[in-house]
Amino acid sequence: MNVATNTPTPNPSPQGRGERIAQAPVVEARGLSLTFETNDGPVQALSNVDLTVGKGEFVSFIGPSGCGKTTFLRVVADLEQPTAGHVSVNGLSPEAARRARAYGYVFQAAGLFPWRTIEKNVALPLEIMGFSAAEQKERVARTLALVNLTGFERKYPWQLSGGMQQRASIARALAFDADLLLMDEPFGALDEIVRDHLNEQLLKLWARTDKTICFVTHSIPEAVYLSTKIVVMSPRPGRVTDIIESTLPKERPLDIRETPEFLEIAHRVREGLRAGMGDE
Amino acid sequence: MSVTASAANTGAAPAASLLRRLGQGKALPVSLVVAAILLIWYGFTVYLNTPWQIGVYERAGAEWTAADLVRDTMAQDRPVLPAPHQVVAEIWKTTVETRPTSNRSLLKHAWITLSSTLLGFAIGTLLGVLLAVGIVHNRAMDRSVMPWVIASQTIPILAIAPMIIVVLNAVGLSGLLPKALISTYLSFFPVVVGMVKGFRSPEAIQLDLMRTYNASRPQVFFKLRWPAALPYLFTSMKVAVAISLVGAIVGELPTGAVAGLGARLLAGSYYGQTIQIWAALFMAAALAAILVALVGLGQRLVTARMGGRS
Repeated sequence: MNVATNTPTPNPSPQGRGERIAQAPVVEARGLSLTFETNDGPVQALSNVDLTVGKGEFVSFIGPSGCGKTTFLRVVADLEQPTAGHVSVNGLSPEAARRARAYGYVFQAAGLFPWRTIEKNVALPLEIMGFSAAEQKERVARTLALVNLTGFERKYPWQLSGGMQQRASIARALAFDADLLLMDEPFGALDEIVRDHLNEQLLKLWARTDKTICFVTHSIPEAVYLSTKIVVMSPRPGRVTDIIESTLPKERPLDIRETPEFLEIAHRVREGLRAGMGDE
Repeated sequence: MSVTASAANTGAAPAASLLRRLGQGKALPVSLVVAAILLIWYGFTVYLNTPWQIGVYERAGAEWTAADLVRDTMAQDRPVLPAPHQVVAEIWKTTVETRPTSNRSLLKHAWITLSSTLLGFAIGTLLGVLLAVGIVHNRAMDRSVMPWVIASQTIPILAIAPMIIVVLNAVGLSGLLPKALISTYLSFFPVVVGMVKGFRSPEAIQLDLMRTYNASRPQVFFKLRWPAALPYLFTSMKVAVAISLVGAIVGELPTGAVAGLGARLLAGSYYGQTIQIWAALFMAAALAAILVALVGLGQRLVTARMGGRS
């Protein structure tokens, strides 16, 4: 890892991975609230959220529209400012963490730049962060291989399917080796077959890279299949109603979704969602 | 088109392929439209020039037939409406048969107008882009500049052109630049409007993405806003280059310019030289078409380099 010498603001160095697990959580929220001022009056998107995401966890946020799951992710990414409470990322404020390029963010749409080839799209954050040309080349090749897009370097986004575009956008988020990956319904717009495939690949990628992932979804099977921890949220005001630690093993073939253990967790998530809707 | 194709099948091979190409391409419809326009034009030439021609016959006490009338209405020196072939002959005479250095050369006049068009267009595009950059990046400019930009275009250019020339002459600027500035006055507008829209065309997630990278403003501009705005730039430039030409011609009208297509138009109207006026008009139209086509070519080259589908 010679990242630090090339980046103006180096990533938190990954060498101390082992020791940091016990010490600092990657994301920690205490009493977090956010109220949007709209023309129809204030809307409370997040209400008093307490949450801890530990190193190497895969945390899913699930809930109906308007439950604040995306807002929470955006607060962590310093794309929204909380109105009350406290949140820290790697022990830093979200702004400091963003400036330190502590996380990669994958949006709902791939959002690739249409005038750049796939390799140039993946290189975009590297260019901005000032990596050397050789380093860029090596990282682009490595991350494209990680998402199985080797051979598509010179293609433009419109030449790729929606699933491939989203994989390219994941490669873009991985390219600068942030330890934290924030994913906002990355597969929401894709059909179920592609989604299953990408879920499987994402799990393998997570196992291989030892990253911490926060993953927003509104699919129960997706949340249960992927996560080590599932955060169930409910709307108006957006709040956490249940946090479920998954008992599934780390090794998860797709057919784990038919096991009783899987169905039991899915059931508990569904109960949590129903409870959240019930007290409206 | 199917008629053409089936007719073509029975013909000789080269003729058949030619006909098929005509039927499939743009050539056939375009030449049909041109033929229709020419026909209508000739009709009006005869119709509009008849009263004067009959006067000529009556003063001379000559006998005349319909054939005489048609022939003579198309051969007047100062017709109300010259026939197309008269205009073509005038253009031929003043471009090919006249030395380009001569004051009678239409090419010379066209070049003079073209040079101020291009200068004005270049300044206008630059000014338009700079204003758009300011408007997009600065709230105060966003609120204050845009209304003035729009107001500037509500003033008739014919009214303000002499003022610009007079004011600039008073500060010691004369020649090419004042005329070019009238082109600038017209051409910066579509560029400002187009580029403000273009710089704001990136999607919210693309801007958020740049923010997650902690990208600086210049980085956001050069890596996202500028490339996203390029299609808008070329569309604006097509409009801008055409009205730059209008500006240059208008700039020559009220200023007593002795050269340029505008001066040629003015001189033509002083002396009732309608053929000369039409020749200058056609030259201006041809110039505009060439300029717009050149911008279009630039657009295609840039689009291809940016991975466009076209």
